[in-house]
Amino acid sequence: MPTFIKRILGIVIVILVLVGANAFMGREGLFGFGLPYYYAEILNLTGISVILAVSLNLITGYTGQFSIGHAGFMAVGAYSSVFMTVYYSESLEQSLTAVVGATLAQSLVFLGVIIVGALAAALAGLVVGIPSLRLRGDYLAIVTLGFAEIIRIIILNIDRVGGATGFRGRVPPWDGRLIIPQYANFIWIGAFAVITIVVVYNIVHSDIGRSLISIREDELAAEAMGIHTTRYKVLAFVISSAFAGIAGALFGHFRQFLHTNDFQFIRSIEIIIMIVLGGMGSISGAIFGAIVITILPELLRQLPGDLYSYRLVIYSALLIVIMLTRPQGVLGGKEFGLSWLKRAQRRPEGDKPIGEKGVPIAQQNNAPILDQAKEVENK
Amino acid sequence: MDTFVQQLINGLNVGAIYALIALGYTMVYGILRLINFAHGDVYMVGAFTGYFMAVQFGLGAPSLVSLSIVLIGSMMVAALVGMIIERFAYRPVRKYSRMTTLIMAIGVSLLIENLYVATIGAAPRAFPDFLGSQSQVPIRLFGNAAISKAQIIIFLVSVALMLVLQWIVFKTKVGTAMRAVSFNLNSAKLMGINTDAIISLTFAIGSALAAAGGVLTAQYNPNIDPLMGILTGLKAFVAAVLGGIGNIPGAVLGGLLIGAAETFVVGYGSNIGIASTYRDAVAFAILIVVLLVRPSGLLGSTVQEKV
Repeated sequence: MPTFIKRILGIVIVILVLVGANAFMGREGLFGFGLPYYYAEILNLTGISVILAVSLNLITGYTGQFSIGHAGFMAVGAYSSVFMTVYYSESLEQSLTAVVGATLAQSLVFLGVIIVGALAAALAGLVVGIPSLRLRGDYLAIVTLGFAEIIRIIILNIDRVGGATGFRGRVPPWDGRLIIPQYANFIWIGAFAVITIVVVYNIVHSDIGRSLISIREDELAAEAMGIHTTRYKVLAFVISSAFAGIAGALFGHFRQFLHTNDFQFIRSIEIIIMIVLGGMGSISGAIFGAIVITILPELLRQLPGDLYSYRLVIYSALLIVIMLTRPQGVLGGKEFGLSWLKRAQRRPEGDKPIGEKGVPIAQQNNAPILDQAKEVENK
Repeated sequence: MDTFVQQLINGLNVGAIYALIALGYTMVYGILRLINFAHGDVYMVGAFTGYFMAVQFGLGAPSLVSLSIVLIGSMMVAALVGMIIERFAYRPVRKYSRMTTLIMAIGVSLLIENLYVATIGAAPRAFPDFLGSQSQVPIRLFGNAAISKAQIIIFLVSVALMLVLQWIVFKTKVGTAMRAVSFNLNSAKLMGINTDAIISLTFAIGSALAAAGGVLTAQYNPNIDPLMGILTGLKAFVAAVLGGIGNIPGAVLGGLLIGAAETFVVGYGSNIGIASTYRDAVAFAILIVVLLVRPSGLLGSTVQEKV
């Protein structure tokens, strides 16, 4: 099958699945079967977490730059896009409705504000990234944390987006929408989650990705190889921030309420926990982590009686246990996907050329030498 | 001028407590290169231990003796908590990457916070006032600037603790061992130093100082709650980085500077259009500027990266 047909087929399948899932979660349900709103909400928030985790993985997992400020960029995206929706989109949507109909007009406006959110977050990422990416390791972590806190406190002081009372819609002296419309649904969130995964996957498997990974492995060596490390780090940072902005925009238009408490330090930590849990530098790991970390607290809610109030204790204790038993994360840098199905079909075990002691040559070749080299390096 | 002196007095008072907490961060970082995110929570544990001791032993009445008992008691409990955290959470992951230890620190921090919220609730509690309402009466210095007895006591206790630390680190055998471990852990081990014991001791001392900070803070801001350590801990860490992390006088300088800067923003910010709500942002803003201009901090020394 030619590649482009495969791709088109893939896109069609993704769209069908998303539309189906969205209908399944809707009020009418799909073929009479539906999901209560509570579960639908968790599923939507999981989609947003996937965007956040996969995008943070690009900068932390693949480039090796530890950022604890992802929630700050998410806040920038959320507030800027919701700000546009509330104050500047109503008349545009009305005039578009006259031309293309209500549904399409709404979608176009939403796409527009998501792009605004992404651009604003990318700009914030650029402003933060250029000076701070000169720093390394812990210092970078602290500076990103500081920037995220500053962003949060600045937003807290802007009256037009509600300040400390939160942002539900227009704030009285200014004119605009009374409430934030719920534009986002699972079609949007799922589609952007898929887009994020595809974009990050393609970046990682391109020459840019090679450069990013080389920076992670050894920054000095990468620089000596002629890689413009600062440029690549800033690039990864900006792309990562833009996706965080998209996640924020979706979050704002899904929850219909924004408060700076949702974008605190702890939120950034949660995103880091997702990628650490799944194993850094693994897209499937980030997705796995995002799903587990979003659903786990909700699952722990089902605990009976006394245990219920201990759900967050259990949650943090689990984190410690995972770090003690499997510090490289559950997937530990490996990808988990459907490829094992294909491999099993393509080459049965018996086809491999067998060398000494019945060990396939492919496995035998140089492997011990490489391991020795690594051990020496570690010493 | 009066306002300036007044703000400076208030600022140094707040700063002295940041300095106490920052010392724990800087000592642990100096030895293990670990940002001990749970340190802010040890500060909270210290404050609550003081509270429960006061309630349990009926020490609510204002007296300096009860303050000393509560202070020493909570310092001892916090030291134990610090050693337990080090032994069971950090030591097993010490050999892994920095990222792992950092996540471990965050995990411990979340565990302590959530454990306290789950067992005693998130509602703030009123810490008993050991210094008495008399001590809050300001004593006029000159003009309108004034200082209260409580402020003097808080400041003196903090300074005394810092001097004790200085003495331990620079004049005793244990202190020499601590400095050796922070210089090079493996070489120190070869010289016959029990590095594990020294690391444990470092955690104990740092945690005890944080607990003292917690009890002293509660003397001018009696509302204590299980999440009080998050923001204070972050700011104290900022103070440690500002002064040059791993550097003990640097942590004190950083703490005092951050404290002073915060009160100045509250006092003067409105004149130049900065709302007092920016108080919490100023520490981070200073941090960013300092790190960009002088990444090793004010008193820190630059370390050349070896290839």
